[in-house]
Amino acid sequence: MTAPALELRKTALNDVHRAMGGRMVEFGGWDMPVQYPAGTMTEHLGTRTHAGLFDVSHMGEIDVRGADAIPFVNRVTSNDTTKLIDGQAQYSALTTPEGTVIDDLLVYRMASDHLLLIVNAGTTDKDWDWIKSHYQNENVELQNVSADYCQIALQGPDAISILQKLTDVPLAEIKYYHFQEGDVDGVPSIVSRTGYTGEDGFEVYAAPDKAEQLWKKILDAGNFGGDDGVLPCGLAARNTLRLEAGMCLYGHEIDETTTLLEANLGWIAKLNKTDFIGREALAKQKEAGIRRKLVGFEVTDRGIARDGQNVFINGQCNGNVTSGSPAPFLKKNIGMAYVPVEFAKAGQRVEIDVRGKLLGAEIVPLPFYKRAK
Amino acid sequence: MANVPDNLHYSKDHEWVRVDGDTAVIGITDHAQEQLGDVVYVELPKAGEEFGAHDSFGSVESVKAVSEIFTPISGKVAEVNQSLADEPEKVNKDPYGEGWMIKMKMSKSGEVDSLLTAAEYEDFTKAESE
Repeated sequence: MTAPALELRKTALNDVHRAMGGRMVEFGGWDMPVQYPAGTMTEHLGTRTHAGLFDVSHMGEIDVRGADAIPFVNRVTSNDTTKLIDGQAQYSALTTPEGTVIDDLLVYRMASDHLLLIVNAGTTDKDWDWIKSHYQNENVELQNVSADYCQIALQGPDAISILQKLTDVPLAEIKYYHFQEGDVDGVPSIVSRTGYTGEDGFEVYAAPDKAEQLWKKILDAGNFGGDDGVLPCGLAARNTLRLEAGMCLYGHEIDETTTLLEANLGWIAKLNKTDFIGREALAKQKEAGIRRKLVGFEVTDRGIARDGQNVFINGQCNGNVTSGSPAPFLKKNIGMAYVPVEFAKAGQRVEIDVRGKLLGAEIVPLPFYKRAK
Repeated sequence: MANVPDNLHYSKDHEWVRVDGDTAVIGITDHAQEQLGDVVYVELPKAGEEFGAHDSFGSVESVKAVSEIFTPISGKVAEVNQSLADEPEKVNKDPYGEGWMIKMKMSKSGEVDSLLTAAEYEDFTKAESE
């Protein structure tokens, strides 16, 4: 084992993770639990069937306030910020002039003159610099407020009943991708019906000095004395859950070399709204047609595909795996990859070069997993 | 603390060896399976394949990661634990028993003496995690 680099950042829950037996790893410059003693399989399945609790305080938060908050964010992000109402969240992206992705993010409309942007941990500093550099005398005040928030995600079919024990906020009335401000166990919070697991659930934002209280109270509220309670989960389960749900992970499916259209994210590229960075390039690409496309695949031979491995079609190397892993709930080995658009259809046979051995795989529709509504 | 039985030999790559006449039974240690987490796939060689000491003879995969496994000693594979194909979790549940991986006919009888004893292996894993 190599000692972690000294400059790793820690969330407010770092000591709690260690005390609870979390195995700590570096992620995006942060010292985070990759798994708890229950193990990734159990954490993953527990989240699908009951509830899982995740510390995602490493995510960044950027505050945009002022009369021009909406037009400013509308110009630097690809989705249509003007469509949001107070209390609504939106999945969007910061795009380059080429239509590739600086980061994917959530935009929360707190008020007509106040938006909160939730960005990825490893890209927070880059995003902050990017956003500031595109400021053009609009009436907005920008602030990197990442240190002012902890973020705790409670996900799974039992998330709503567990969280409801701790709050008067009427959770059932919060629609998907909406939020309310209110107290959770007496702690002023933003309670958002969002997540990254493919399950129903909530993300709670609060002051970092309240993180431990919230974490422990949620675990207590979700402890039913058996194995049907809430489980603390690490980043490994978070990754397998999002992969089964067919969601993109920045740095894997999307980055500054992939466009939104190639990543099946055309639905957040609103080409008919007012101009935004990358709009022209994306409009051109849409007209000309994309050359490659992100697809899901299932490995049909024995073995597991992993990130970065080459994809062969008809004997030719035609792309690479962006994420590959066992899917604990589906009990298959799955992954996502970019392939030429002419092969991007369900049923297409491909081969994955797994450490020198070609494993058969088949392109399947995304998402791999969709919960019953 | 991970279990380290006294009657086995250990490698610095976290394999164990149980000597049975001129046959060596090989698997990965309790410490190794703890570090890996849930084992979901084990790739093993075929009977008859020959390996030198410290050769990679297969891999063990958890949800998150792939780890190569190495032969602590040289020899020829006599038998492979076929049951791990369908029940890789045996490596987690019983790493020194049902989770064994291969049996090798040893080609150099003195080689096991160069491996770590249980006490040495315990010290080694402690030093490694510090």
